Amino acid sequence: MTRIPYLRGTAASIRRNWREGRISPALVWGLAVLALIAVFSIVGPLFVNAENALVGAVIPRQPPSAEYLLGTDAQGRDMLTLLIFATPNTLKMGLLAGFIGVGLGMVLGLLAGNFRGPVDGGIRVVADALMTVPAIAILVVIAGNIEQMTTSVMALVVASLAWMFSTRTIRAQVLTIRERGYIEVAKVNGESSIEILFREIMPNLLPYIIASFVGTVSSAILAVIGLEALGLGAPQEITLGNTIYWSQQSSALLRGMWWWWLPPIIVIALISLGLFLTSIGFDRFANPRLNRQ
Amino acid sequence: MNKELLRYIGMRFLQFLLVIVIAVSINFLVPRLLPGDPIESLIARLQTSGGSQEMDVQAVTDAFRAKYGLDQPLINQYFNYWRDLFRFDLGVSLSSYPQSVSQMILRALPWSVGLLATATLIAFAVGSVLGAKLAWPRSSHLIRMFVPALMVLASIPFYLLAMILIYLLAVVWRVFPPAGGASPTLIMRFDMASALDILQHAMLPGLAIILGSVGLWALGMRSQTVSVLGEDYITFAQAKGLSPRRIFYRYGMRNALLPQVTALALSLGHVVSGAVLVEVIFNYPGLGALLYNAVRGQDYFLVQGVVLMLIFTLAVLLFIIDLIYPLLDPRIRR
Repeated sequence: MTRIPYLRGTAASIRRNWREGRISPALVWGLAVLALIAVFSIVGPLFVNAENALVGAVIPRQPPSAEYLLGTDAQGRDMLTLLIFATPNTLKMGLLAGFIGVGLGMVLGLLAGNFRGPVDGGIRVVADALMTVPAIAILVVIAGNIEQMTTSVMALVVASLAWMFSTRTIRAQVLTIRERGYIEVAKVNGESSIEILFREIMPNLLPYIIASFVGTVSSAILAVIGLEALGLGAPQEITLGNTIYWSQQSSALLRGMWWWWLPPIIVIALISLGLFLTSIGFDRFANPRLNRQ
Repeated sequence: MNKELLRYIGMRFLQFLLVIVIAVSINFLVPRLLPGDPIESLIARLQTSGGSQEMDVQAVTDAFRAKYGLDQPLINQYFNYWRDLFRFDLGVSLSSYPQSVSQMILRALPWSVGLLATATLIAFAVGSVLGAKLAWPRSSHLIRMFVPALMVLASIPFYLLAMILIYLLAVVWRVFPPAGGASPTLIMRFDMASALDILQHAMLPGLAIILGSVGLWALGMRSQTVSVLGEDYITFAQAKGLSPRRIFYRYGMRNALLPQVTALALSLGHVVSGAVLVEVIFNYPGLGALLYNAVRGQDYFLVQGVVLMLIFTLAVLLFIIDLIYPLLDPRIRR
């Protein structure tokens, strides 16, 4: 049996990991920032009136005040309400793209690492080639050609170029895990190759899968926001990227309406910082050897 | 030895050709598989801009198809595509009609390369030195204070940094112009006035790219240096009594730079595609903005041309890295 200690998920194991220094400050900070964002988008809707996010609901172009905490935009929407509804929509796209990307990456990585040969060669050549091409240029071409854009289609588009990194990480891990002693033991014990894959290899891959999931979600969110900021997103949805696009279209920068574009930028930066710190912290968690420094 | 090197170069060259053939074929096929017909959208555009004039749509469509060779079987189109490529003929732009695609690309190229290559090199140099210093146990504690700042910078995408910079340095304090590649009234000449004007316009986008990427270079270099400093030869150099300075530069930094150089070459390849978002936000006349406008205007031939240019440059750069790498790291020659 290859159960890894921290999968037991009890308070005792967390305490032990803390004592052994496997939980780094980066992980704590990262998770704290992400928790803040989650609370903001879950609890937030309880405090605001959803109708204020519709065009023309409030007086347009108001700077922040007691009534409109973050001001209002040029189309008469309350910025705080807009932000509260935009954040979960953006997170949803990022998570969906992350799931698809890592799922694809996991299947391809396992195939390549487990079966080697031409399958491995083919997957590797395609992944390496796609990794060198600047994603945003290709995504602009794809997104520009889609007529009916929705948030799920957006997630699919971004996921189409988000699987390479996890494929490579997982393939590399499968290759090293296959050589370990306990795989030999399992073979001698008469486990079939499917059993070995699911009972011996998969549990040991879990930390790497989670780490590349965090990284993929982070880059997917940034890609989504980038495309939306260019006006290639789902135009009818309230998202962080679309808010940036609308503020650009109304030249909020030159009109000095900082309350229109700065809050979404801060939320985006917090999301991305939180994910970044979590992925660094998780690396330390998965490979304690990195802590030597 | 020499024969081995020749075989290595030959193999890499074959790989390079293979990548080019695959890329050109994909570039040829994908637009033809996507929904949407360039000729129909062109006609639609002509109809709306030409008012309500009566015209025989079918005849015009057929004429255009024949003109662009789109009425022939796919395999003939494919060979024609290759033939035109060798003449550097990438077709004619649909959105700004009489101009050829290669003309438009050549006009946008210097802007993108000038801005992004300079900014990328500066960010690489500053980031690598900073990253190496961060990993060096003898550096002062002052420099370690940079780490959180670098992490924040690395996690904000640079088009968002660009917006903050525009607001601070072009709206609140009017230090630099907010957009464009040069003043609209400027007559381009090879003199100081033109150079200064162009430099002034490049400052903000350049700064955005440098600030946005310096953190990534520094953090990458930091972890490379940390792992190099753990190697046995560093301990050996210390035991020999070499000066810490020499160990740091000749043994530590030099070896840590190797993977960074690969990353640099790759990101120089991205220079050609331009930082699409930065160029759009600054209305900079480079390739990124050209690609974006081509997509928005459904200018298929222009999109194809820019993407092809991009893949070609990347393939050439990767080929060059493969050639340089054995010089940097003799172990690769095997």
